[in-house]
Amino acid sequence: MNAPVKQHLIDPEICIRCYTCEMTCPVEAIVHDDQNVVVDAEKCNFCMDCIPVCPTGSIDEWRIVETPWSLEAQFGWQELPPQADLAPSIEALDDAMAALLAEAHLGAGGKSRAPASATKPTVNLHTLGKPATARVTGNFRLTDDPAHDVRHIILDFGNQPMPVLEGQSIGIIPPGADAQGRPYLPRLYSISSPRDGERVNFNNLSLTVKRQEQGVCSNYVCDLKIGDEVQVTGPFGATFLMPDDPAARLLMICTGTGSAPFRGFTMRRQRVANAQGDMTMVFGARTPASLPYFGPLAKVPERLLKKHLVFSRQPGAAKEYVQDRMMAEQEAIADLLMDPRTHIYICGLRGMEQGVDLAFRSIAESRGLPWEIFRDAMRDEGRYHVETY
Amino acid sequence: MTDLINVSYDTQIPNNVGLSSDKRVLKALEKWHPGYINWWSDLIPQNFQQSLVYLRTAVSVDPKGWAKFDYVKMPEYRWGVLLAPQVEDRRIPCGEHVGQPAWQEVPGEYRNMLKRLIVIQGDTEPASVEQQRFLGLTAPSLYDLRNLFQVNVEEGRHLWAMVYLLHKYFGADGREEADDLLRRQSGSEEAPRMLGAFNEETPDWLSFFMFTYFTDRDGKMQLEALAQSGFDPLSRTCRFMLTEEAHHMFVGETGVGRTIERTCEVMKAHGIDDPFDTARIRALGVIDLPTIQKKLNLHYTLSLDLFGQEVSTNAANAFNSGIKGRYMEHRLTDDHQLKADTYTVWDFEGGKLVRKEVPALTAINMRLRDDYTRDAAGGVGRWNKIIEKSGIQFEMKLPHESFHRQIGVFSGKPFAPDGTLLSGEEYDRRAPEWLPTRADGDFIQSLMKPVTEPGQYAGWIAAPKVGIDNKPGDFEYVKLYMA
Repeated sequence: MNAPVKQHLIDPEICIRCYTCEMTCPVEAIVHDDQNVVVDAEKCNFCMDCIPVCPTGSIDEWRIVETPWSLEAQFGWQELPPQADLAPSIEALDDAMAALLAEAHLGAGGKSRAPASATKPTVNLHTLGKPATARVTGNFRLTDDPAHDVRHIILDFGNQPMPVLEGQSIGIIPPGADAQGRPYLPRLYSISSPRDGERVNFNNLSLTVKRQEQGVCSNYVCDLKIGDEVQVTGPFGATFLMPDDPAARLLMICTGTGSAPFRGFTMRRQRVANAQGDMTMVFGARTPASLPYFGPLAKVPERLLKKHLVFSRQPGAAKEYVQDRMMAEQEAIADLLMDPRTHIYICGLRGMEQGVDLAFRSIAESRGLPWEIFRDAMRDEGRYHVETY
Repeated sequence: MTDLINVSYDTQIPNNVGLSSDKRVLKALEKWHPGYINWWSDLIPQNFQQSLVYLRTAVSVDPKGWAKFDYVKMPEYRWGVLLAPQVEDRRIPCGEHVGQPAWQEVPGEYRNMLKRLIVIQGDTEPASVEQQRFLGLTAPSLYDLRNLFQVNVEEGRHLWAMVYLLHKYFGADGREEADDLLRRQSGSEEAPRMLGAFNEETPDWLSFFMFTYFTDRDGKMQLEALAQSGFDPLSRTCRFMLTEEAHHMFVGETGVGRTIERTCEVMKAHGIDDPFDTARIRALGVIDLPTIQKKLNLHYTLSLDLFGQEVSTNAANAFNSGIKGRYMEHRLTDDHQLKADTYTVWDFEGGKLVRKEVPALTAINMRLRDDYTRDAAGGVGRWNKIIEKSGIQFEMKLPHESFHRQIGVFSGKPFAPDGTLLSGEEYDRRAPEWLPTRADGDFIQSLMKPVTEPGQYAGWIAAPKVGIDNKPGDFEYVKLYMA
């Protein structure tokens, strides 16, 4: 049996037959007869050129199928066939990246969904075969701890489109090849800047990268110099996104470089006025010196972002982990849990999951809520998100 | 080097034509700019100017960059000058110069013809914004309000596109023409817009949808023909405008479709099967299908007039000189000169409708109009599918081209929608069955009450199937100022 594949389709009930997609497609994969405009699965290479030019949204349809629908079958459609089985959100069109993200989101306990009000993300605009080239315009050291070298990297995309949303990731292709002589595959990094750029309307973005002792890519990235060129794929990710709703309340729990997406969330909220909803952050690190963005974070006003910075190796203080602070703040967190406007995000090392989950369970049960059922409901509403690595 | 794909913001006017290094044109456009902003400010009601509208703006003419959505106040929308990328070694596609390199400068012998075509095209763009100026006050939803404003700002941008060509290539008289584009006003006594259909008011939302479906489709066909122009800057301008024009087609087709859908839905819910049971249907607050057909008859026939005379030497000259091509010229396989070819058109001879072969060159307008009719018929078929699905026995039809015409051989002749010639007396008696009456207009007007709650729709129109930019149903497409 064939492995399931993703197929690009057009919704015949929504399409107005303007043929703009057909004229845009660089590989002539889109054709029409008197009835329908359809995509040839054998030709479509997911280049995505046709997606933004469609006025109706009918073009942005994807199905996971065992055998792709033929042109003839599609010409005969009055409506799109339903997805055979409830498939996950398509976080990436290429399998390797999709697998990485699926693994990172495992901690949510089921199929992740984007917040209902989230902006629709672009995925896979730049692929391994046709990566974008970014230029490094900044590389700043964020921590003062030799064992925790965390860098703030700024990449400029010049004239290449790179439409990202806060919470999405990009792939960095390290130069060179592995022991078998195969070129390295891209590594995923969360974007830590908001959608309109690290600097507004400069087509740039930032990453927050920690040097790993043997890490091929993290060492490459942390050693980048201004002016260096980097091969980039993506963006990726279609669920770990922020709600586009000024009234939404955000609870963000992170450790280390898991703070990257939340820097983006916070800056987005700072740049878009009129946010009525609040944000709460529980951010764990070993010491203030190893907490990325310790300085800038202090300048974010408390009325926008309630900050709980907790340290596990602070000399002269008891060890405190994020779950400890959650318990200490359990009344406030319980109130957040009960509020249907609240969205929860957890990001960081996989090791944090268990403690955080236990804390949530205890807080939920204190209000008589069965945690797992409650969490699953939140997740199905796109309000509970986990990304760990 | 000038970047010809991405929009540059280094001047007040976003552009991908290297304006910052073209001081003469930049200065001229900057001088024109305040007049444009005044025109816009006078036109759109003030509270809408202050509202945040979820609009798409092109940041690049590369397919990946031309639909960036965000909240914008309309006066801050980045109107700009955007040309599709230059095709290497492009050739003149038709007429006596076929095969020669496309002109990058205006060919002297065709200067006046070109200028006239650009001015006529440019004149329609602001005209439609003027015609639609009061619709915002009665929008059936925030979604529709957004669509109206998107159409409006893009018509504004299309005006910019034509004004750029006038400033860049036509010197002092080009600048004068550009000023006149802001001086003429739709429906004005002293200085009306150039084409008749653009001086009619758009009194209600069904008219707006019909207008975007039929009249904007004429605009699309004209752009398609100009996109084939041997004058390359005009071709590139029109090619990019076409990508925006598709949105207007979308607003029209889905607007009429949603109106029909709602009528059918309400009829079924109240057990009404007879689409001609007008009084009962109207009492339920929806527009009966025969009235929608009448609106269709009116707008379709007005749009046919926009294609001009059946036999036209102007059109022949424009084609022959390579200034204006045919729809999809590059996909046609003839000699692209039409020296000996003929084309069949309708004519009126000895009191009868006849099909007649005429030289293809002089029938260029009719050929484009036939392509237009084929294009327009597709959507009518999709509207009929909506009716069919509901089980109601009714079919929308495009009337015969002899019906209700003001231009061409059928002008003023009493033809019925099926193409039968009637006596003037019978025509007058039956016209209220075919064309909207004042009472029909009053009824439609009575339904035009604004709905400003996100996710809510006026009772006469169905919600759309998908949101703009894939937004959820209750998305606040317009954040109304002081709402």
